[in-house]
Amino acid sequence: MSIEARDVSKHFGAFTALDHVNLHVPTGELVALLGPSGSGKTTLLRIIAGLESPDPGSGPILFHDEDVADRRVGERRVGFVFQHYALFRHMTVFENVAFGLRVRPRADRPSRSEISERVHALLKLVQLDWLADRYPSQLSGGQRQRVALARALAVEPKVLLLDEPFGALDARVRQELRRWLRRLHDEIHVTSVFVTHDQEEALEVADRVVVMNEGKIIQVGSPAEVFHDPASEFVMQFLGRVNVFSGRVEHGKAVFDSLEWDYPEHVERRARPAKLMVRPHNLVIHAKPSGKSCFPARVTHVNAAGPTVKVELVRESGEPVFVEVTRGRYAALDLHAGNVVYVSPRELRVFVEKEDDSSIEFNRPDARDNGEARPAREGSIRDWK
Amino acid sequence: MSTLAAGLPARTTRQVRLATREPILLRAGVAIVAIGFLMLFLIVPLVAIFVEALSSGLGVYLAALREPDARSAIRLTLLTAAIAVPLNMVFGVAAAWAVTRFDFRGKGILITLIDMPFAVSPVISGLIYVLLFGLHGWLGPWLKAQDIQIIFAVPGIVLATIFVTFPFVARELIPLMQSQGAEEEESALVLGASGWQTFLRVTLPNIKWALLYGVILCNARAMGEFGAVSVVSGHIRGLTNTVPLHVEILYNEYNFAAAFAVASILTLLALLTLVARSLVEWKSRRAVPKHATLPEGEP
Repeated sequence: MSIEARDVSKHFGAFTALDHVNLHVPTGELVALLGPSGSGKTTLLRIIAGLESPDPGSGPILFHDEDVADRRVGERRVGFVFQHYALFRHMTVFENVAFGLRVRPRADRPSRSEISERVHALLKLVQLDWLADRYPSQLSGGQRQRVALARALAVEPKVLLLDEPFGALDARVRQELRRWLRRLHDEIHVTSVFVTHDQEEALEVADRVVVMNEGKIIQVGSPAEVFHDPASEFVMQFLGRVNVFSGRVEHGKAVFDSLEWDYPEHVERRARPAKLMVRPHNLVIHAKPSGKSCFPARVTHVNAAGPTVKVELVRESGEPVFVEVTRGRYAALDLHAGNVVYVSPRELRVFVEKEDDSSIEFNRPDARDNGEARPAREGSIRDWK
Repeated sequence: MSTLAAGLPARTTRQVRLATREPILLRAGVAIVAIGFLMLFLIVPLVAIFVEALSSGLGVYLAALREPDARSAIRLTLLTAAIAVPLNMVFGVAAAWAVTRFDFRGKGILITLIDMPFAVSPVISGLIYVLLFGLHGWLGPWLKAQDIQIIFAVPGIVLATIFVTFPFVARELIPLMQSQGAEEEESALVLGASGWQTFLRVTLPNIKWALLYGVILCNARAMGEFGAVSVVSGHIRGLTNTVPLHVEILYNEYNFAAAFAVASILTLLALLTLVARSLVEWKSRRAVPKHATLPEGEP
């Protein structure tokens, strides 16, 4: 069952939660709506579920090419998992899961024994069969979330919607549960959409990531696509730590300070301000100056705990720089706080400021009127010499 | 005290204990003031009512309750409560539902209006109905033409009682429903339950103790209301006298033993209300089982 939302807008008073959003979720996929709080991701999910209605004038919500916009929430056959589980606190786990079957009209209500069978099968699926007689308050957060999932699956939903499903759990349980959700999805293959603000979660679990900001969809792609080929400065910054250098493009070159790289996308002579962005693992540390494309920096802190070594540095201008190096490289360089080293980017991305934008707009190139957010021009320089 | 002990390592534990406790004299003093106040203003009058009621013997006590006017007053009070309490229960649930589940213009005004009977003197509450339905009131002439009597009759008493008691249920429910949020109800709707099923199976079980609590308070007030009812009743013996009004009449006639005897019924009602209230509070605390301790790291 595919899901499609066409031209959906939603305002809460003066606040624009969704601004002409188009979303397509293919059958059987697990899609993440990723964005900071206030980006409209939960609103979009609730509109798909029918818990919220889109502004008048919005396009249809289609489930498998069938418009469900006028259908009541109970008739859409969706499974919805709330961030705080929303289990019925006065019912046992069993009763919670059975609820969706028990409230059916007599004609299509399964018999007592069928209900019992189905509920136990679902509880087995979420590995909680042994807790059937407990009350929600007697469960841990992870267990509650799995009960919520079993309850949502009991009505055999055509689509499964999850609102920040792991948001209220602690880090370890969270990791375990999201891998488990991925396995579960591979097993039952129901079209699923989950909302998250955690980029790691989205990249690890989803088939496809939809990045949202300020009520708009900024980029849609596989986890690898959005991570390695971000459509905008916002996506680049949101998907992980990044070093941002303010520079300019002119004459086919991208320039910051005394460093420059080829940038054939901009051949005009007139300079335009640009942001040069480098992920920490794409910065190389040298003990000595190497070529003209490196800058000196002083090491301020080294964190050697973990698979890579995280080095914090500061440039002469006072700007902080964050670099990740391999353990081998770290040993070879013999880095200590106070050392002066030379840093050069291995791969950087250039985001040129839009023609009509002020410098303030720089930080949020996606926030302007015409929908799809993108810097005026954008390019990537790899493996420069 | 603590300054003296400072610097003496041997007395560290003693010092810690003293630092968090007030001196015994102060503690005893506070307790005596509190208990004394309770005795003087609550316990003594309570005992006095029963002592006075039985002062002329059990026979006089029972006779006062069996007397036709007293019995009619008790009947009228029960009838009034039997009408006012269910109506206010329905109104209270509807108002709390509207206030906590929907966003609409004028919500603030509705909340303020719900509180109005608490803010207005009961006498005024009664006068409002006299102004509306009295012989010289706005609707008086029309009502007279239809031969409907409201003021100085049972309908007026019921109306005044409903007005005075309508905040109790809504006031109990609104904070609870606000804190519980709408997510459980939304879950039920997504799972295919109808609005009515959602109310019966999810909302009602979650609010039942608060609802019962509100109903108990509402009932106590409906049976005990004096001011508003006094204005609209007309004090017609055997017809429009409720129990509180009957007590006043007996008292004004210097029939103290009978007055206290009837008053003791209201007092018993108050005590029953307190017991029921404690029971409900105790029950509702137990309704939510304590968090079970789980093995570390159980996902």
